[in-house]
Amino acid sequence: MQDEPTPIELTKSVADFLRNDITPLISGHQAFKLRVAINILDLVTRQLTREEESDAREVERLRALLGVDGSVAELNQALADRIAKGEVDLATPGLAEHLWATTMDKLAVDQPNYASYKRELGRGG
Amino acid sequence: MIEAELSRSVVRWCEGATGVTGAAKLSGGASQETWRFDVVHPDGPIGAILRRSPKGYGAAPTRAAGLAAEAQLMQLAYEAGVPSPRVMHVLAPEDDLGTGFIMQRVEGETIARKILRDDEFAAARPHLARQIGGVLAGLHRLPLDKLPELRRMTATKEIGEFERDYRSLNWPKPVFELALRWLRDHDPGPSAVETLVHGDFRNGNLIIGADGVRAVLDWELAHLGDPMEDLGWVCVNSWRFGEIDKPVGGFGSREELFAGYEAAGRKVDPARVKFWEVMGTLRWGIMCGGMMQRFREGPDHSMERAMIGRRASETEIDLLRLLAPRGS
Repeated sequence: MQDEPTPIELTKSVADFLRNDITPLISGHQAFKLRVAINILDLVTRQLTREEESDAREVERLRALLGVDGSVAELNQALADRIAKGEVDLATPGLAEHLWATTMDKLAVDQPNYASYKRELGRGG
Repeated sequence: MIEAELSRSVVRWCEGATGVTGAAKLSGGASQETWRFDVVHPDGPIGAILRRSPKGYGAAPTRAAGLAAEAQLMQLAYEAGVPSPRVMHVLAPEDDLGTGFIMQRVEGETIARKILRDDEFAAARPHLARQIGGVLAGLHRLPLDKLPELRRMTATKEIGEFERDYRSLNWPKPVFELALRWLRDHDPGPSAVETLVHGDFRNGNLIIGADGVRAVLDWELAHLGDPMEDLGWVCVNSWRFGEIDKPVGGFGSREELFAGYEAAGRKVDPARVKFWEVMGTLRWGIMCGGMMQRFREGPDHSMERAMIGRRASETEIDLLRLLAPRGS
C-alpha cells in the first residue's frame, strides 16, 4: 500500500496552487496554456476519483452483455468486435443502456460542462 | 525576414506598391503557414494574407486539394458572389516564398464563442442560419467545368476511409463501431447531383461581421461529391458551442438553413443531411483520435493536442443522441 496523501489529494493541491497563486501572474499565450494545464489536472483528479467505481460497473455490464470475463479493456475490445461483426446491435437487450451509462461516466470525467452531457443528466440518466 | 521577400514580390504585381509592413505569422503547421501583412501603397495600406507551403514542403496531405486549387476555388467563389476573399496573387517561383497565394484580408470574427455571445453580432445572429443556406447554395452552383482537378468522394468511399483511420488508431470504441454500422446500413449511395463540396464548412472557417457572413475560408478539403455533405457538417454538434438546440453552428434551425438553400433554387434532401451529420460527428471523433496519436508518437507533445484527444467522448454522446436517443 502506498503512503498518503493520495494521488487525488496531490493533483488537487497542484491544480489549486496554479489556479489561485499563479494564474494572476501570467498573461497572453502562457495564460492560455496554464488554463489547459489546470484543466488537465482537474480531469486527472476527476478520473482518479471516479475510475475505479465506474470501471467496476462497466465490467459488470459487459460480462452480462457478452457472457465472458476479462479486464475492462479486453471486454471493450470484445464488444467493439461483436458490433463490427453485426452480432450485437441496438436491438440487443441492454446494449443501448450500457453504452449510455458508459458514455455518461466518461463525460463526467472528460467534459462535465459539455452541453449534451448536462442535457442528458437532466433526464435523470 | 519574410518581409523582404514579400516586398520584392508585391512591387512586381501590385501597381504602386512600395513594400510591406507588419508581417506576422497567424498559424503554422509543418506544411502550411498563414501570415498577415499590409501592402504599403500610396492610396493607403492594403490588408493582405499569405497562405503558403514553405519551400521544401511540396507534398500536401492526401485529402488536401492543394494551395493552387484552393486559390482557384476562392477566386471562382468571389467572382460568383459567394462571400470570399479576393485572391491577389498566386505565388510563382520568382517570388521565392514557396507555393501558395496572397489574398485580400477580410475584417471580421472567426471565433465562434464571440460570434454566439457578443453584442456586436446580435443583429446578425438571427439571420445566419438562413444566410448560410444561401451561401452553400451559391457554392454548390459553381460551374463544374471551371473547377480545378479535385478528388471525387462518395458516402461509401468516405465511410471506408474513416473506418481505416479509426482502425489504425487501435482504439476500440463500441460507440464508434455502432456509428460505422449505422452509416453502412444507411449509406444513401451516390448523389444524383454531384457538385463542388467545400468539405470543411463550419464555425471557425467563416468570417462573420455585424452584417453576417463575409468570407468562407479554408477550402483545402474541397472535393466533388454530395452537396448535402456540407449541410450535414455545419450541423455537427461540436460547432454549436453549447447552443445545442440551434443545430446550424449554434445560430439557428435546420429549417432556416434549408429555407435559405431552397430560396436560392436548390433542393434539400433532409435524410441525406442527417446521414452526413452522423458521418461528420464520427469524423470529428476520429480526428480527435488522430490528435491523440500525434501527441503520443509525433514531435508535438503539446497539452492542447493531448486534451483534444479527450474530446472524442463528446462525439460519443452526440452519436448516441443521434442514433439511440433516450426518451425525454
